[in-house]
Amino acid sequence: MTDTTPLLEMRDISKTFGSIRALQNVSLSAYGGEVHSLMGENGAGKSTLMKVLSGAHRPDPGGEVLVAGEPMPLGDPKLSKARGVAVIYQELALAPNLSVAQNVFLGAEPHSGGLLDRREMLARTRPILERLGVGFDAGTTVSRLSLGERQLVEIARAMSTDARIIVMDEPTTSLSERETEKLFDVIAGLKRDGIAVLYISHRMDEIYRLSDRCSVLRDGEYVGTLEKDEIEADRLVSMMVGRDLSSFYKKEHAPGGADREAILRVEGIGDGRKVKDCSFAVGRGEVLGIAGLVGSGRTELLRLIYGADTATSGQVWLDGEDVTPKSPGDALGHGIAYLTEDRKELGLFLDMTLADNISMAVAQDDARAGGMRNFRAAARRAKDAIGALGIRASSARTNAGALSGGNQQKVLLARLLEVRPRVLLLDEPTRGVDVGAKSEIYRLIDELAREGLAVVVVSSELPEIIGISDRCLVMREGRIAGEVVASPDQPIEQKAIMTLSTGAQPGKTKETQL
Amino acid sequence: MTDTTASSDGGKRAALKTTFMALGMLPVLILLAIGFEALSGKFMTVNNISIVMQQASINIVLAAGMTFVILTGGIDLSVGSILAASAVGAVFVSLLDGYGMMGIPVGLALGLAFGLVNGVLIAFLKLPPFIVTLGSLTAVRGVARLMGSDTTVFNSNLPFAFLGNGDLLGVPWLAIIALGVILLSWAILRATILGTWIYAVGGNQEAARLTGIKVWLVLLFVYGFSGLMSGLGGVMSAARLYAANGLQLGQAYELDAIAAVILGGTSLVGGIGSIWGTLIGALIIAVLSNGLILTGVSDIWQYIIKGLVIIVAVALDRYRIKGGART
Repeated sequence: MTDTTPLLEMRDISKTFGSIRALQNVSLSAYGGEVHSLMGENGAGKSTLMKVLSGAHRPDPGGEVLVAGEPMPLGDPKLSKARGVAVIYQELALAPNLSVAQNVFLGAEPHSGGLLDRREMLARTRPILERLGVGFDAGTTVSRLSLGERQLVEIARAMSTDARIIVMDEPTTSLSERETEKLFDVIAGLKRDGIAVLYISHRMDEIYRLSDRCSVLRDGEYVGTLEKDEIEADRLVSMMVGRDLSSFYKKEHAPGGADREAILRVEGIGDGRKVKDCSFAVGRGEVLGIAGLVGSGRTELLRLIYGADTATSGQVWLDGEDVTPKSPGDALGHGIAYLTEDRKELGLFLDMTLADNISMAVAQDDARAGGMRNFRAAARRAKDAIGALGIRASSARTNAGALSGGNQQKVLLARLLEVRPRVLLLDEPTRGVDVGAKSEIYRLIDELAREGLAVVVVSSELPEIIGISDRCLVMREGRIAGEVVASPDQPIEQKAIMTLSTGAQPGKTKETQL
Repeated sequence: MTDTTASSDGGKRAALKTTFMALGMLPVLILLAIGFEALSGKFMTVNNISIVMQQASINIVLAAGMTFVILTGGIDLSVGSILAASAVGAVFVSLLDGYGMMGIPVGLALGLAFGLVNGVLIAFLKLPPFIVTLGSLTAVRGVARLMGSDTTVFNSNLPFAFLGNGDLLGVPWLAIIALGVILLSWAILRATILGTWIYAVGGNQEAARLTGIKVWLVLLFVYGFSGLMSGLGGVMSAARLYAANGLQLGQAYELDAIAAVILGGTSLVGGIGSIWGTLIGALIIAVLSNGLILTGVSDIWQYIIKGLVIIVAVALDRYRIKGGART
């Protein structure tokens, strides 16, 4: 690490989306030749901060970004790029049908007299690939490269624009071990060249290995920075979670887990890709939380149990009967209902009325002879649900698209409850919902558990999982990594969940890792 | 639409907006009628209105089927070809001694069968509707020519010719059939479970699947229904002409049907639209054709004017809806 002025300095960056503060006075610096890691829970603001740096988001007034001591204009991706900032996103932005060289120069193709200069492009790409020490040629078509190799093409692209600050957002998520090693070699090379690398990752072992410093964000705020020799799993985890559980979680249904009579039993279910060999059971009146990082396969697991995707292995048992569903209709018929995490894209019919949205799954049961709609039944169901769930809408004929996020979520929940389910699979039930609606949804979950439903809740918000569930499964890389149980005197421990989901061993430090 | 704020009069406003969307093109239709009357002085006669209704009827029937398909977010390019094949089949069967009236059910059945083939390919093989029906546009046209040995099939004693040329209490049978189809479509879309599912699949297909709706059934139905309507259109044009030609009949009819649906305010993305809009859209097209002939505009200019009117009308409509939503 050099001790001159930092190559990058972000000062007092705030960013609000509507009424949500995504970032609040965050400051961060990076020196040339260092790897500065950034950690935090899902939604802590890491990606937003990096988007401010890349110019994709314009921050609120008051903050500034200095590159090599000079202020950089904000909110313009082109200017950020010109100052030497390059971001390598999780979802790669390559054109697979073009060659490596064409991708490296995409949008900045060298030309002579209006014609593309292929030879020049190849000639300028080759030395960069050589510097990275990669094993493919500049003329190779990108679609023939592995994911790891494509990542290197992205890095080559960054270097072709003389980037001095390179941001990597969870670059190893889809890489094999060997590819990861290769990437780490390349990162070491970038450091030697005096480039500042901002490295976002959830994986502890990568943080130990790569970081010169590691900063933690939480709820959009800067928590602190650890120097290389201070980095330890325990400290990082408590920096990431350290907040007290507010009292608005409600858990009045009888606690207790393993001794319950199981309603739903899942055995060895998998899809051959994102979910591998998952088994668990949920009891009558139990709320089971499923935690894990984004991409750990939680949503995919719920979708398999619901029959939304096809399982390649395993069964779903309901009261001792094999009900492994082939379609969502199948699962609904058995009383298994699923709430999607993406209510606008996968849940609601935004241009249809509340009454239609709420009664959609049971319209057939209400039907009159000849498949005619029973509008009176639909209106009654809607009216009852609006009352029971406290949906704020002028009438049952309002379009679903006109409601606020919290009320839309309640409409979806109402649709699920109309089928009188015995098992509820809830995927991020409070995403994008205001605090008031949140606590109402928690109360509803608690009530349903008291009525004897089995409820499975996937959530990225740890306090939520801890606040409402009796037991919590933790998923990592498609498998169930472990289980954390609440006892009457001891709630579920946040640290235990974080440890399981990141794969960090408690107390393990970088010394033992290296 | 990204407007998600709850408003107290949201329901009323939404209802009002739906009415506006359905009525959207009605003023255009009325203006066109008044304009042509002023220019030619011959438009608003009982006789001419009857002719317009007859001319519009086949397109109304095709456009009704097309409305179902487009409401699910699909498209059916094969309606003209299916119409031709059904017409040839209907005339062919009408030549059989003693079984002449069987031409009607045979024509309908042919249309339904072709439509169901489209539906199976789209619902089960999950092929894109545009490509499937583009293929059947060509293939079914070939079948139609094959059925008539590539000649015109005649029957000067067509037993159901009254459908094409007769009237009931002064109203042409063709117009009665067209109105009947509109009423039937309206009943299905408005009052049945299937109708609700059609809007649901068009509005959000994945959400519909996750709600337990049998998406395949809905797709099979809409393409089957569109085929059936093409078959009906085939019977109607056979009845009108006493003849059918596999090569020429129904050429480019799919474009008029799609134009009628779009003029009627149905969204090509699916999920939004009404059958009444389609009726008005089809009438606008018929009034334009008829009025331009009455006013003595040349055939070439008729094409140009019709095309431009469609584009301008839809552009105005979009502008109006957008402005309304920006309150």
